[in-house]
Amino acid sequence: MTAEDRRAHTRAHTRADLLVAGGGPAGLTAAATAASGGLSVVLVDSGHALGGQYWRHPPAGAQMSGTDGFHHDLTAYRSLVDTISGHAETGLVDLRLGHHAWTVRRDEDGIELHVVDRRRPGADRAVVLRGRRLLVASGAYDRQLPFPGWDLPGVYTAGALQALLKGGGVAAGRRVLVAGTGPFLLPVAVGLADAGVRVVGVHEANDPRRWLRHARAVAALPGKAVEGVEYAAALLRHRIPVRVRSTVVAAHGRERVEAVTVARLDRDGRLIEGTQQRIAVDAVGVGWGFTPQLELAVSLGCELIGSEDGNAVVDVDAWQRTSVPGVLAAGETTGIGGALLAGLEGRLAAEGLLREVGCGAPSVRLRPVRRAVARQRAFSRAMREAHPVPAGWPAWLDDETTICRCEEVRHRVVREAVASGASDGRQVKQLTRTGMGWCQGRICGFAVECLARGEVPGVAAPAPASERLVAAPLTLGALARLPSHEVE
Amino acid sequence: MSTSTFRFDGTDIAFVPGQSVGAALVAAGRPSWRTTRHEGSPRGLFCGIGVCFDCLVTVDGFPNERACLVLAEAGQQVSTQEGSGHDR
Repeated sequence: MTAEDRRAHTRAHTRADLLVAGGGPAGLTAAATAASGGLSVVLVDSGHALGGQYWRHPPAGAQMSGTDGFHHDLTAYRSLVDTISGHAETGLVDLRLGHHAWTVRRDEDGIELHVVDRRRPGADRAVVLRGRRLLVASGAYDRQLPFPGWDLPGVYTAGALQALLKGGGVAAGRRVLVAGTGPFLLPVAVGLADAGVRVVGVHEANDPRRWLRHARAVAALPGKAVEGVEYAAALLRHRIPVRVRSTVVAAHGRERVEAVTVARLDRDGRLIEGTQQRIAVDAVGVGWGFTPQLELAVSLGCELIGSEDGNAVVDVDAWQRTSVPGVLAAGETTGIGGALLAGLEGRLAAEGLLREVGCGAPSVRLRPVRRAVARQRAFSRAMREAHPVPAGWPAWLDDETTICRCEEVRHRVVREAVASGASDGRQVKQLTRTGMGWCQGRICGFAVECLARGEVPGVAAPAPASERLVAAPLTLGALARLPSHEVE
Repeated sequence: MSTSTFRFDGTDIAFVPGQSVGAALVAAGRPSWRTTRHEGSPRGLFCGIGVCFDCLVTVDGFPNERACLVLAEAGQQVSTQEGSGHDR
């Protein structure tokens, strides 16, 4: 037995108090709070550095400079990372970066999280992590709507443009247009401009006056309004044109994007013919809100509820507990709400556990935390209602638009399936192979659901969260190399 | 800020240690490094966070690596992936 095998063997037979899947704001805060209260924690993240997407950082030892400027609340991030690192040194926290969770099992003793260590290409290693409880803090990714040309190189998700900046110090183009909906478009545009990119437009599909219906939720969080004003000032300073009720309806180019067509939308999110305008770009970033990553929660059978943005999200109680005993969820998996709310939910999850096992300090007053959570949730609900997916989006598709990028399924094929009776995304998938490729429908799933139903999913009938039995790819070789004591 | 290089389809691509293969290729002005299985269309990075699998690339002989996740290393051999990466 090698030393590594011995360590693996020991770990296999000791259950951590808490497994945390995801090292973003929710997972980091939960892990730091739980470990500081004396609980043993395994913190797993697929990234090369802690922080998730919001606090995406280059890995330790990276040599690019100037990425700090793209961030908010770095003091909070550094303090959390310091806490985690301190506990990792004493062994209380087992930190697993570069590990992708691919499935999860639950039995009477707790949770088995199956992960694959993918830190070296071609050297995947399967690992089984055991804990008494699991916090699902797996975050979210940009939601997309197809348009003609969206599969051209140089068309990115808005999140990709920001990930390149934060994680690699790289600006993806010289003339960039940002489109879609939601406040997230603003930091993406400002970040690019700060990096010296000419941002030729921010095209927000919705009318900002939609926020007026939620004046109370906004007034309760003056910080958000200040942030908005700061972005407005930055957009002005960089002379970035902002267009509302406008969006990208096509991208053009041969081997890469060379231009986009933008068009105006009416109040109901329908394209206004005759308003199309062509703009030269060498990159474009698009985002229509976010989709939570629910694979782990879905395969454990956690109950889901609808959210205003048409997503299914994990239903949790006041301590972030899901319907499945021993399984908690925090952050975007419980509803798209941003980093501050995610951190607060992670804190509540950990405080609840500390109380449950008797190491909670009842002196820690949680009333202010709960008040902050309530304000953040009201604000995020307002955000989801103010930035819906435009009802008329399918009007900008043509017959040959790619809908499923992986399996290269065109709109014409999807439409024929719907015409022949497919009435939800699952049926379209069975007929056309949409969502059956590498990404397993993560990118086209919401759009296909819209096309199949003939309407945009909402809070009452959200787009279903797909069950993905294998949540991350791994090689059969990696499975075969699992030590025998790990296989039951 | 020091830079190193890896090989991409026979040319040297400079990168800053800590950057992913995908970030380095984008920074070098190369937005695509794969062709699709059915139509042979060019693809590169799309989501940038490991979700979409558009940025698949062959690294040191291993196909289907996500360029947005693999860290660039000096001397790495990176090549355009045609189709599934297994039929060469």
